[in-house]
Amino acid sequence: MKWLVTLVCLCSLSAQAAWNNPYPRGWVHENTLFSAFSAAPKTLDPVKSYSSNEMVFLGNIVEPPLQYHYLKRPYQLEPLILTNMPTVHYDAASNISEYTLHLRDDVAYSPHAAFGGKKRLVTATDLAYAIARMSDRRNGSPILDMMLPLIVGMDAQVKALSALPKTDAWRDYRGLQPSGVEVVDERTLIIRLHGVYPPFMYWLAMPFFAPIPWEVDQYYAQAGMKEKNQSWGWQPVGSGAYYLSENNPNRRMVLQRNPHFHHDAYPTQATADMAPELLKDAGKTLPFIDRVVFALEKEAVPYWGKFLQGYYDASGVSSEVFDQAIVLDSSGALSLTPEMTAKGMRLLSSVAASSSYMGFNMRDAIVGQAGGDKAKWLRQAISIAVDYEEDVAIFHNGRGVVAQGVIPPGIAGASSDCNPTTHVGKAGQCVRRPMSDAKALLLKAGYPDGIDPATGKALVLYYDTVSTGADDKALLDWMRKQFAKLGIQLVIRSSDYNRFQEKMMAGNAQIFTWGWNADYPDAENFLFLLASSNAKVDKGGENASNYANPKFDELYEKIARLEDSEERRDLIEQAVAIVREDAPWVWGFHPQNVSLFHGWVGNVYPNLMANNTLKYRKLDVSAREQAQDGWNQPVLWPFVLLLLLGVGIGFGVWKSHKIARAV
Amino acid sequence: MGSVRVTSYIIRRLLWLLPILLMVNLLTFVLFFVVNSPDDMARAQLGNKHVTDAAIAAWKAARGYDLPLLWNSAAAGWESITQTIFWQKSLQLMVFNFGVSDAGRAIGADMSQRAIPSLMLALPTFVLGLLVNIVLALVLVMFRGQWLDKAGLVFTVVLMSISGLFFIIGGQYVFAKLWHWFPISGYEPDADMWRFLLLPVMLGVIAGVGSGVRWYRSILLEEADKDFTRTARAKGLSQWQVMRRHVLPNGMLPILTGVVAVLPLLFMGSLLMESFFGIPGLGSYTIDAINSQDFAIVRAMVYLGAVLYVVGLLLTDLAYTAADPRVRLGD
Repeated sequence: MKWLVTLVCLCSLSAQAAWNNPYPRGWVHENTLFSAFSAAPKTLDPVKSYSSNEMVFLGNIVEPPLQYHYLKRPYQLEPLILTNMPTVHYDAASNISEYTLHLRDDVAYSPHAAFGGKKRLVTATDLAYAIARMSDRRNGSPILDMMLPLIVGMDAQVKALSALPKTDAWRDYRGLQPSGVEVVDERTLIIRLHGVYPPFMYWLAMPFFAPIPWEVDQYYAQAGMKEKNQSWGWQPVGSGAYYLSENNPNRRMVLQRNPHFHHDAYPTQATADMAPELLKDAGKTLPFIDRVVFALEKEAVPYWGKFLQGYYDASGVSSEVFDQAIVLDSSGALSLTPEMTAKGMRLLSSVAASSSYMGFNMRDAIVGQAGGDKAKWLRQAISIAVDYEEDVAIFHNGRGVVAQGVIPPGIAGASSDCNPTTHVGKAGQCVRRPMSDAKALLLKAGYPDGIDPATGKALVLYYDTVSTGADDKALLDWMRKQFAKLGIQLVIRSSDYNRFQEKMMAGNAQIFTWGWNADYPDAENFLFLLASSNAKVDKGGENASNYANPKFDELYEKIARLEDSEERRDLIEQAVAIVREDAPWVWGFHPQNVSLFHGWVGNVYPNLMANNTLKYRKLDVSAREQAQDGWNQPVLWPFVLLLLLGVGIGFGVWKSHKIARAV
Repeated sequence: MGSVRVTSYIIRRLLWLLPILLMVNLLTFVLFFVVNSPDDMARAQLGNKHVTDAAIAAWKAARGYDLPLLWNSAAAGWESITQTIFWQKSLQLMVFNFGVSDAGRAIGADMSQRAIPSLMLALPTFVLGLLVNIVLALVLVMFRGQWLDKAGLVFTVVLMSISGLFFIIGGQYVFAKLWHWFPISGYEPDADMWRFLLLPVMLGVIAGVGSGVRWYRSILLEEADKDFTRTARAKGLSQWQVMRRHVLPNGMLPILTGVVAVLPLLFMGSLLMESFFGIPGLGSYTIDAINSQDFAIVRAMVYLGAVLYVVGLLLTDLAYTAADPRVRLGD
């Protein structure tokens, strides 16, 4: 009888609520989106933050002047806290471009103790304050050195601020902005740049330029605030659709709807080929969701398990669960497995605006520019031999597009043709050139069958990598094999990231792998990786190959100063052709981002540039509740079975004890 | 007289702690600042993009890593010592001033926030594990040589052969994913906490049964073979009474000393459990810091670990005297 009562109790408990609900009771029934993060952000200070895992939070809290249109492709900028796009006036006499920004009058910060309970509107002074903070080296803005030659007076201001004594007290940056930044009135700001630099508009869509209210800066400078983690780095304040209501990077970050959020509406236009349901909410007020919960989830297995139970609304696809979720057809297209389709999931994939490449150090005597045409043919031969199609298939579950040049697809200026150095076009596809072509190039380079005539042995090349773990062994073996196809012996020099960076800065690497994530969707942001003005060794820039070609440089300088136009596209094509021929990189691949969403999440469309996409998301909470209830009923029979087993063992022990006593 | 001796022993041991901890401090300083220079730290923290010399210098200056390592020749008087990295970053640990992480978070605040979840997981796992292991070991000793003992031994060897990770992943799969009894991972600091801790505690106990039972069985078996136990049996005491009154109390000395030594280390948390179950404790704090190369946190945790370990050893010695009056301290 007691068993029966226990069972009935258990059954009634199970009927009340799912036992495995990982959130505070009630949250799953509310208009709350559940997501996860795998590593705590390093900082959320708008002037410093630069990583994508930080933008997930920060991009929805602070608002820079501009944003990317959610649905238009190619990516297009639009005003966010401005009344219209900045007007640009170029004065040829002084060689200065003037950007005039007019602020909306309804943009207010989320509530904060520093505002004393009042609604605080965003002003032009706050925008100037952000640029002044950026000018202070002590604030560690990663883009300061890029802005230094651009913004008029920035250089002098950086020097002036650096000369001020170090202090823990509040530094009031009002009025300390560079001379080229002028507050005309409370709603108007002028930023003056040296020369012409159209990509500056893209920078205005990044949190570096988000307004900073001086009151909050003063508040955080008070004694004892840092010890309570009350700082810009951990409690950013902005005018975005959400504010950070719970900030515990050790466990959970919660974004709550900003009660002071200005009027914003779902886009009414989209690119023609987009699904019509993406415009179902056109014109409706944003944001749709009240709360966004990010739980710290370090391991892929529990993350995936909770996603399948409906406790996360979206998930990435790690290699551990790839086969469970994704089917790869013969053409390389990704689709959901029947099990995932039955759960009503949707798959979203998009090629990232980034490149993972293998670079040659052009300062090296064997593979570099000093080797002349012979070194070029050697690089070209290696470019053919290193089969990135295979790399993507084996090591990335097919999630990547083999690069045909420096610019990823989808970026303004990207071309869809094949790289003639490494591929040939066949039936609309780029097919890698045969190894015979590579061997012929190697022969021309003076290394017949990979033999170095100086030694009479296989040519030895050195590959620097940060792949040091046991898991990387397969990848490194594969890399050795690619070179062995040419008869070249590849020596792997693994080191930690610090040592690797040191080697790169000193130009001591010969061949290496690296990557680049776009700052903005423009060809210039990739071509600059090969401009000699950005060489790693001489200039400390991002041109890790230290590639220098005056013709390319000339084209790059022109491209950087032109708006998108037919002329610019022609120049980009010419620049790309030069580097394809010179082959300073084996172009590698562009990773493909794959995400899964449950059917109850609406308005989902990949926008790799926008940081503030949460405001567009929509939830069908009742559909989620229904699914969660259906998927999470406790299974009770094993409990009864385990109980019986325990009783059985206990009985056996008792019986044995009795027998022993009797004996 | 006895209490005076114990007190003076404790004071002496506490005084010994100072040079030991100073040595630990010095060693960690050499490891973290000489082997791994502040420039390395800056590069690791600044990431991939736009890592210029000026950015590295600014990063170091903002965190006080631009000071000389041991001696500041540019400063005058006492400041030659205090205005150094060793004083500011390393010696401060001696007074438990952990400072700010390289990412800018207050380490002390983070530690105190994370110590509670670690304890909430580690303490019940430890206490329950101890109870279960001792009870099972007693049962095996009671039935030694019989089928139950043999089966128990095989079972414990099987459990010992399985990796702890398997228990975690397998337990999560079966109990949380398949049967939906517990949340797969997560943590709430309120009254709801037990829902999140039940599964990891249960798996922690199961994972420790193999080695624990075998260890305690061997200790108790040794006592069970001694003359006083045979005498007790000869007096007609039941097997259970022999175990409870004679074997267990005498076996407690090695058990207790072993247990006390690990008690302080429970604060340090369980690395794997916390990571897989999303429990925001100190175990995952250390591993996160290592992954993100936040050496300020790693330094603080290494030092804290050393302090707790040394305290554990002191407690072990004290436990000896409590468990066995024949042991005299300080002689």
